Amino acid sequence: MTSTLTPVRSKRSALTKGQLPKYAPYAVLAGALILGAAVLALIGFNPFGWGLVSAILFAVGLVSWSAAVEGSRKAKDKLATCLVVGSFLVALLPLVSVIWTVLVNGIPGLLDPGFLTTSMNGVTGAFDNKAVESGGPVMGGIYHALLGTVQITLLATVISVPVGLLTAIYLVEYGHDGRLAKAITFFVDVMTGIPSIVAGLFAAAFFFAVVGPGTKTGAVAAVALSVLMIPVVVRSSEEMLKIVPNELREAAYALGVRKWRTILKVVIPTAISGIASGVTLAIARVIGETAPILVTAGFATSINSNVFGGWMASLPTFIYTQILNPTSPSNPGPSSQRAWGAALVLIILVMVLNLVARLIARIFAPKKGR
Amino acid sequence: MTATTLTSTQGAGRAGDKVFSGAALAAGCLILAVLFGVALFLVVQAVPALTAPADKIQGGQGFFAYIWPIVIGTLFAAVIALVIATPIAIGVALFISHFAPRGLASGLGYVVDLLAAIPSVVYGAWGAAFLAKEISPAYGWLAANMGWLPIFEGPASTTGKTILTAGIVLAVMVLPIITSLSREIFLQTPKLHEEAALALGATRWEMIKMAVLPFARPGIISAIMLGLGRALGETMAVALVLSSGALTASLIQSGNQTIAAEIALNFPEASGLKVSTLIAAGLVLFVITLAVNMIARWVITRHKDFSGAN
Repeated sequence: MTSTLTPVRSKRSALTKGQLPKYAPYAVLAGALILGAAVLALIGFNPFGWGLVSAILFAVGLVSWSAAVEGSRKAKDKLATCLVVGSFLVALLPLVSVIWTVLVNGIPGLLDPGFLTTSMNGVTGAFDNKAVESGGPVMGGIYHALLGTVQITLLATVISVPVGLLTAIYLVEYGHDGRLAKAITFFVDVMTGIPSIVAGLFAAAFFFAVVGPGTKTGAVAAVALSVLMIPVVVRSSEEMLKIVPNELREAAYALGVRKWRTILKVVIPTAISGIASGVTLAIARVIGETAPILVTAGFATSINSNVFGGWMASLPTFIYTQILNPTSPSNPGPSSQRAWGAALVLIILVMVLNLVARLIARIFAPKKGR
Repeated sequence: MTATTLTSTQGAGRAGDKVFSGAALAAGCLILAVLFGVALFLVVQAVPALTAPADKIQGGQGFFAYIWPIVIGTLFAAVIALVIATPIAIGVALFISHFAPRGLASGLGYVVDLLAAIPSVVYGAWGAAFLAKEISPAYGWLAANMGWLPIFEGPASTTGKTILTAGIVLAVMVLPIITSLSREIFLQTPKLHEEAALALGATRWEMIKMAVLPFARPGIISAIMLGLGRALGETMAVALVLSSGALTASLIQSGNQTIAAEIALNFPEASGLKVSTLIAAGLVLFVITLAVNMIARWVITRHKDFSGAN
């Protein structure tokens, strides 16, 4: 904003008096970087400390210069700008750090022979000890976990999408902002905030009570994930159905089409791209959930392709158990290598799902009325 | 359902209407039933722990003595996360809505949303393997120089696996939630208010202070509450990062525990009364987060008419 107000005058006219020259931020930045390097050289150099010290010096330098030349109001403005930009840079740090850590640690794990095609069946601590001592390849892989994740997530999607979509249709087409619709909207919002582990405990408690104590299968985990997924599907589908122009509905009614056929043939096809991308985002959200699977599907080291019987592994719980209970307690190295490899696979899955959601939304974007 | 009714006659079309609206209504009611069921089944399975004699519960002093340290620990971790995340999140939201160049703003928003896409177990692994190690020298410094404060009392943990590290990881996880909600609200500030402030000669910061922040205050409060709800229930970050123990006031020693992590660490091997105890702990967590979320939603709906938040 301020830049547009700066008059384009040469030299120091009366109008530009009391303003910092345009090169001021760059000059202060250069000074801060040099001074920061000098300070850090005295106490031991590291890039993180350099960035931190330079940022503080930059803010102090620019603000005090501005206070001297421009007065306190402009100085406060500069200080606020520094803080806001600084907070954004601080927020980027963990993102970069997480992705870097996963890449550095995960790529060796991913390159293990058979990492994606074998399970942990029969891989014992002895193998890991041998891999560490004689430098052989790390055995074992994530096939069973990948299979479990895909099956559990698919089943959760099959449960959540019809329920979520029908609820959204009720809210938009039939609810008429009545008391029930308001209650559903409110409780869907509340459900969004259910801690994932409580959803897991609910599914566990439900199946303990109905099927029998200690029931842990992939299906229980799918129910737990559905509890987390349904509100997300409802919210996104509701938003999408709402932006379908009313003229389309009215045109269909005018032709004598029944309401349910209007919804199926006109409203949903118009909004399908948004609904599909919302569902994909919901899948991306639950595919990384660990806690609910931990308490509902248990752990498994071998391939189990039956969702309705027996314990099942999944990528997140695989990561969790490999870190917390390494296969070979004396040599946790191979286990953590497998865990990071699995983490890399999981992040790639989530990112691909996010990307797919964006692509769906962009390519099949609904034609907006007006 | 659809395949058969699509080819049916006029009379069946009326029935199709009934079936379809009925199905939609049933799905809506199912959601209410599920939420009710969550509460019901947790209560049913938790009753044995609540009624059991005190010496049968873990710790031997009854359920209340078992639960209150981990409730305090949960609040501890969540408050640390919010104290760190709130100012940064509001700064990031302001940066995206009012400071960043227009063309970059949405791309930067997407970058922050990426933070929300990373699975919690990966954050946990990152916190345990990277952050805890890198930050432990800072804890040593805090213990040596700020040790007179009870929260920084030494000796500092040498592994860095403390409640403060867990709180920092939680802060990273709630940051995108608070950011995206506040950003939406900042963008809805009436343009005329902003322009009026600028026209009166306000600097950009004065404009934000006078026009944007007062307008967005209820939205920010509810965004913080929603972040609190997420921080309270987050499991993996704490379970992997924190080396748990008894309740301590010091943030830089190992110790403390949260409800969610306690459940995740113990549930897989639990049986009998222990299962009930953990489910009862889950019920407590459910009630706490439900209360926090309902207050947040209530604040949003109360201010919906003039803030456009939500």
